[in-house]
Amino acid sequence: MSSDSPAITGDLVRQHNLAPEEYERLKAILGREPSYTELGIFSVMWSEHCSYKNSRPLLKTFPTRSPRILVGAGEENAGIIDIGDGLAIAFKIESHNHPSAVEPFQGAATGVGGIIRDIFTMGARPVCAINSLRFGSIAENVKPGADLAESEVQGSKFKVQGSRFGAVPTLDPRPLGAPEGSAGGSTLAHNRRLFAGVVAGIAHYGNCFGIPTIAGEVAFDPCYEGNPLVNAFCLGVLRHDQIVRGAAKGVGNPVFYVGPATGRDGLAGAAFASQDLTQESAQQQRGAVQVGDPFMEKLVCEACLELLATGAVAGIQDMGAAGLTCSTCETAARAGNGIEIDLSRVPQRAPNMSPYEIMLSESQERMLIIVQKGREDDVKRIFDKWDLPWAEIGRVTDTGRMLVRNNGSVVADIPAKKLADEAPLYQREAREPEYIKSVREFTLASIPDQKDPVAALFSLLAWPTVASKNWVYRQYDHMVRDGTAVCPGSDAAVLRIKADSLPASAAQTEHTTRNTEAEGSGFRVQETGNRGQRTESGQASPEKLLALTVDGNATYVYLDPYEGSKIVVAEAARNLACSGAVPLGVTDNLNFGNPYNPEIFWQLRESVRGLAEACRVFNAPVTGGNVSLYNQSPAGPIDPTPTVAMVGLIERGEHITTQWFKDEGDAIILLGQAVDESDPLQGLGGSAYLQVMHGLKTGAPPRCDLEKEKDLHLVLRSLIHTGVVKSAHDCSDGGLAIALAECCISHQIARDTPRLIGAQLDLGARTALSARTLGESAAPTNETPAAVVRLDALFFGETQSRIIISTAPLDAVKTVERAKLLGVQAAWIGIVGGEDLEMHTDSGAFKWPVADLYDRWWNAIARAMG
Amino acid sequence: MKAKIIITPKKAVLDPQGKTVQNALTHMGYTGIGPVHVGKYLEIELPDGDQASARKQIDDACHKVLSNPVIEDYSFEIE
Amino acid sequence: MKFAVLQFPGSNCDQDAVHVLQNVLGHSAGLLWHKESSLGQPDAVIIPGGFSYGDYLRTGAIARFSPVMEAVRSFASEGGLVLGICNGFQILCEAGMLPGALVRNRSLQFRCEHIFLKTITANSPFTNSIPPEKLLCVPIAHGEGCYFADDDTLARLRTNDQILWRYVNAAGEATDAANPNGSLDNIAGICNEARNVAGLMPHPERASESILGSADGRLVFESMVGALQRNGSPSAPIVAQRPVCA
Repeated sequence: MSSDSPAITGDLVRQHNLAPEEYERLKAILGREPSYTELGIFSVMWSEHCSYKNSRPLLKTFPTRSPRILVGAGEENAGIIDIGDGLAIAFKIESHNHPSAVEPFQGAATGVGGIIRDIFTMGARPVCAINSLRFGSIAENVKPGADLAESEVQGSKFKVQGSRFGAVPTLDPRPLGAPEGSAGGSTLAHNRRLFAGVVAGIAHYGNCFGIPTIAGEVAFDPCYEGNPLVNAFCLGVLRHDQIVRGAAKGVGNPVFYVGPATGRDGLAGAAFASQDLTQESAQQQRGAVQVGDPFMEKLVCEACLELLATGAVAGIQDMGAAGLTCSTCETAARAGNGIEIDLSRVPQRAPNMSPYEIMLSESQERMLIIVQKGREDDVKRIFDKWDLPWAEIGRVTDTGRMLVRNNGSVVADIPAKKLADEAPLYQREAREPEYIKSVREFTLASIPDQKDPVAALFSLLAWPTVASKNWVYRQYDHMVRDGTAVCPGSDAAVLRIKADSLPASAAQTEHTTRNTEAEGSGFRVQETGNRGQRTESGQASPEKLLALTVDGNATYVYLDPYEGSKIVVAEAARNLACSGAVPLGVTDNLNFGNPYNPEIFWQLRESVRGLAEACRVFNAPVTGGNVSLYNQSPAGPIDPTPTVAMVGLIERGEHITTQWFKDEGDAIILLGQAVDESDPLQGLGGSAYLQVMHGLKTGAPPRCDLEKEKDLHLVLRSLIHTGVVKSAHDCSDGGLAIALAECCISHQIARDTPRLIGAQLDLGARTALSARTLGESAAPTNETPAAVVRLDALFFGETQSRIIISTAPLDAVKTVERAKLLGVQAAWIGIVGGEDLEMHTDSGAFKWPVADLYDRWWNAIARAMG
Repeated sequence: MKAKIIITPKKAVLDPQGKTVQNALTHMGYTGIGPVHVGKYLEIELPDGDQASARKQIDDACHKVLSNPVIEDYSFEIE
Repeated sequence: MKFAVLQFPGSNCDQDAVHVLQNVLGHSAGLLWHKESSLGQPDAVIIPGGFSYGDYLRTGAIARFSPVMEAVRSFASEGGLVLGICNGFQILCEAGMLPGALVRNRSLQFRCEHIFLKTITANSPFTNSIPPEKLLCVPIAHGEGCYFADDDTLARLRTNDQILWRYVNAAGEATDAANPNGSLDNIAGICNEARNVAGLMPHPERASESILGSADGRLVFESMVGALQRNGSPSAPIVAQRPVCA
C-alpha cells in the first residue's frame, strides 16, 4: 500500500460513506479541503457506530437518571451505578454483528475483548460477561414460514426501499455462499458454522482472559441468515473513588500508547459496521476483521489496574472502534483540551504504514493513557513488569485541536470537540410498514385447536430457541473468579461480589511493594480477605449479590415494535424478580436494519418508545448501550432486535431463588392470570407455538400491562423475602407448559446428572382460570366469547405477567392469600412429585415422562449441531 | 538461514482433531481418506552461518520446548 | 499455614486460590510473581489455573521455564507440598514433575461443568482427609484436560497408587459417559512417586463454599493442612473460619 495520499474526489468521499451535505459540513469545520487522513478520520467518527447520527434523538428519550447513577449514559465508555457501601458497578453491552458475519470466531472474540476494555477503562475490574446471540435456523425440522401462504410470510418481509448506499438488489441470492431459497441444507450448515464459530470465539476470549460468562440468550430465526447478531456485555466492579475518566486532562501531560503494535487489521471497522452487509462487502472486509489476543488483554488489564492504583493516570481510554482516532479526539473533547501526537512514535507491526492506516487501524488490546506529568516512570515500571510495549506519543495541549504529525509534518489538524460532538444529526422519515396491517388482522379462526399437546410440547422443547443452551454455556468458563452463585440455566445468573473482586487500591499497592522489600523474597502477603475494600471506619464491606439477565424477543418486536419492546424490558425485570433481585439499571443494544428505510426507522422509533416507557416503570435507567443499524443482507433486513441486559441487586443470600422445583410434595402456585382473556389471540400472537406448530410468525403479540407487571414483581419479591418461595420461574417463550416442564427438568447437578422431578397440575377452569384477586367474582364469566379458553392457548399461549412459584405445602394457602391481598392473582395449581409431568384440563389429562422431556430439551442443540 | 520444523502428535495419542478432519473429508465425498494427523509447523529465522551448530541448537529447542516428547514427534530441516 | 500461589502472566485462578485459602480456610496465602527466583518460606505451593502465556505453543509449555519453577522444583525435591490445579497440572506435567501429559479434550471443545470425583487413595497429603466413599462434586473448566501417558507409565501409576482421583458418575462408577474429556482410565488427578507433588484438572477452589453450590473441594486443601500439621509445621490458622455465605 502506498502512503501517498490520493486526491480527494467525489468518489472517494462516497466510498467513505459521507453524504455530500456531510462533506460540506466537514469543510466548514476545517475551513478548507481535508487531507486524506482527515477524510478517513471524519468518516469513522461520523459513522453511525461512533456518532449515533440517526439514533441520537431517539436515545435522548431513554430514562437515564436515578440517585444511584454515578456516571450517566453517554458520558463515558460505560455507565456506573452505586451498589452501596462505597461500591459501584460499570457495565455495557456492545454489538459485533458484521465482523462476526464475516469471520465468526475472531469477530465474536474481539467483540468480547472490546467490551471488556470498555469496562476496565473505567477503572473497574471486569468480573463477568454475558451475551445475546441470533442466528439463522440450525435445525431441519423447524421451518417457520415454510408451509405458510406466500402472502403472509413473504408479504410480511417488507422489501428494502433502495438503500442510500445503492448496491443492494433485493432479490439476490443469499449472501456468503448460501443457496437460493430458505432453509436449504447448505444454509443450515452455514448457520451452524456461524453459530459454532461465534460460541467458540466468545469462549476462547472470555475463558482465556479469565472472566466468567454467566448468562446469555440465543435465538434462531431465518431473518438472521447471513447477518447474525453478537451482542457482548461486560460488568466490572470498583469503589467510588476508583472511577477514572476518559479525558485528556492537564495541559502538558504526556500521552502514552500501551499495548501491542498497530497493524493494518480492522481498518475502518466502525465504518464497516455502518453499512449494509453485502456479498462484496463481506469479501472485501474479510481482511478487515481484527484478530483478538485474550492473553495480551489480560496483561493489559492487569497492568492498567495496577497503574491506576498508583494515581499516576489523568485519563484513560481504550482504542476500540476507530482506534487511535476515536481515543485521541474523544479524550480531548471531554476535557475541553487539545491533543497532539506523532505517529512515527506509535509502535507499528507492518512496514510502511500510512498515517491514514495508523489512525484508522483497529488492532486490538491497545490503550491510550494520559499520564500526570512527572509520573512517566510509573507507566514504564509497571508495563515493563508485565512485558508490555509502551510509547510516549504526544501530549495534552490547550489549543482544543487534535493535531496529528508524522515525523514532524502535520497530517491532520481538526478541532477535537467539533469532530467528536458535532456529528450531523438526522431525524429520519418514519412510516408504518405494510406488513403490520396483516399482523393486526390475524385471528385464530383459521387455526384449529391442538389435539395432541403431548407431541406439541416435545416439539417446542426441542425447538432450538426454546431448548436448553447447555451446548453453548458448557463451552464458556462460567465459574472462574469464584463468584457464580447461580450458573447459566436459571432465569437470571447470580454473581457474588467479594472483597477481592475489586481492583487493588493505592494503599494496597504500596503495602505490597513495602512487603516485597521487607521480606526480600518476593512473597507478598495480602491483606487478609479484604483487599482494597476497607471502608474508612476500617470495617470490611459486606459481599454484594448481583443478578444479571439479557432478553429480547425480536418476533414480538417485529410484530409490534412498541408493545414488543415493552415486553423485552418486562421479561428482563421478571427474570430478575424470579431470582430475588431489584433492578438497578439497563444497557441496551438496538439491532436494526437500514434507518434510511422509513419503515425500519419507524420500527426503531416505536421500539425505543416502548423500551423507554418500560425502563421508567421498572426504575431501571439506561446507563448506556449500543446502536447497530444496517443489519440486513440482500435477502432483507433482520427483525428489529433490541436486546436488553438488566442488572439487579439481591439483598441477602437467602433471597437467591432458582427456577427448578425442589422437593416432592411442594405446592405449585401460579402468580398472574393463566390466560389473558381480553386478548383475542389469548397470548398466541407471535408465540413460539404458532411458529413451531403452524409455521406462522404473525398475530399481535400479547399485551403487557406494565403497572400490573411491576406489582407482580413487588409481590414476588415480598414473598421471597418472607422465605416461603422455594422456586420461581417466569412464563415466556412457549408459555405455561414449557415453563412447567423447565421447572421439572432444568436442575443439573453435575455432568450427565440432572435432578428430574415430576409435577401434577390441575389446570381446569375452577382452579387456574379462576385465579382472581379477592373481591372479584370467582366464577369465570360467561358473557365474553373469549372466556372459552383454547387448549393451545392454555398450554402454549404467552400471556404476560405470569410466574410459577413453589412453596412447602404448609405455606401454600397463606402464600396464595397473601398474593391476592397484595392485588396479584394467584392460584394453587399443583403438586411437585413423581416421574411424570401431568396436566389435567377441562379437555382431558395429558402426561409426559420427565426423563423424555429432559432428553428433548437438553440435547436438542447438540443433536442439531451433529 | 531458516529452520522449518514440523511437530505431529505421536501415533499412540488420541488425536480428535485429526479424526474430525478425517470424518469431514469422508463426509464431503473424498474417497479413501485414511487417518489424519493435525500438527504444527514452525519457521524460525536464523542468522546465516554454521549449519551443524544451528542444527544442534534447533534439535535441543525442539526437544526441550517446542515439542512435548510425551505426546509429540518432531522433524526439521535447515535451509 | 502459609501458602504460596504462583502467578504467571495469564494465570486467572490465582486470586480464587488465595481467596479460598485465606478467606474461607483462614490460612495465609500470597501471590508469587513468576519472575521471582525464591519462594520465601511457604509451607506449600499452589500452581493455579489459567492460561499461562496464553496457552501458546502448548498448555504450560512456556510457564515451566519461568524462574520461579526452578525454586518450585527444589522445594519439591526437599519434600515440599506442591499442588497444580488445571493449568497448574499441565505445567507440572510439562516440567516433568508429574508423569504424562494433558491433551485436547476429545470433544475438541472447552468444557465447564460440575463432575463427580472419586478419591482412589487416601494415602497422600492431598487426599488423607477425604472420607473413602465420598464423591466430590467439583467443577472442571478446560479445553485440554485429556490425560495421556504411555502404557508403562500408566502401569507404574497404578502399581504405585499414584492415581488420586477418577471421573465417575453419580453412582461412583468410572464410566465413559462420566469422562468429560477422554482421559485415559478416567484419570482426573495424580501424584508423583514421592507423593508430595500432585495435579488435578478439576477446580477444588471453585467448590469450597456452599454459596457456590458445593464445598467438597475444601477437603483437598484440608488434607494438605492436616498433612502439614502432622509433620509439625509451626504455623496455625491465622484467622478463625468465617461463615461461607454473607
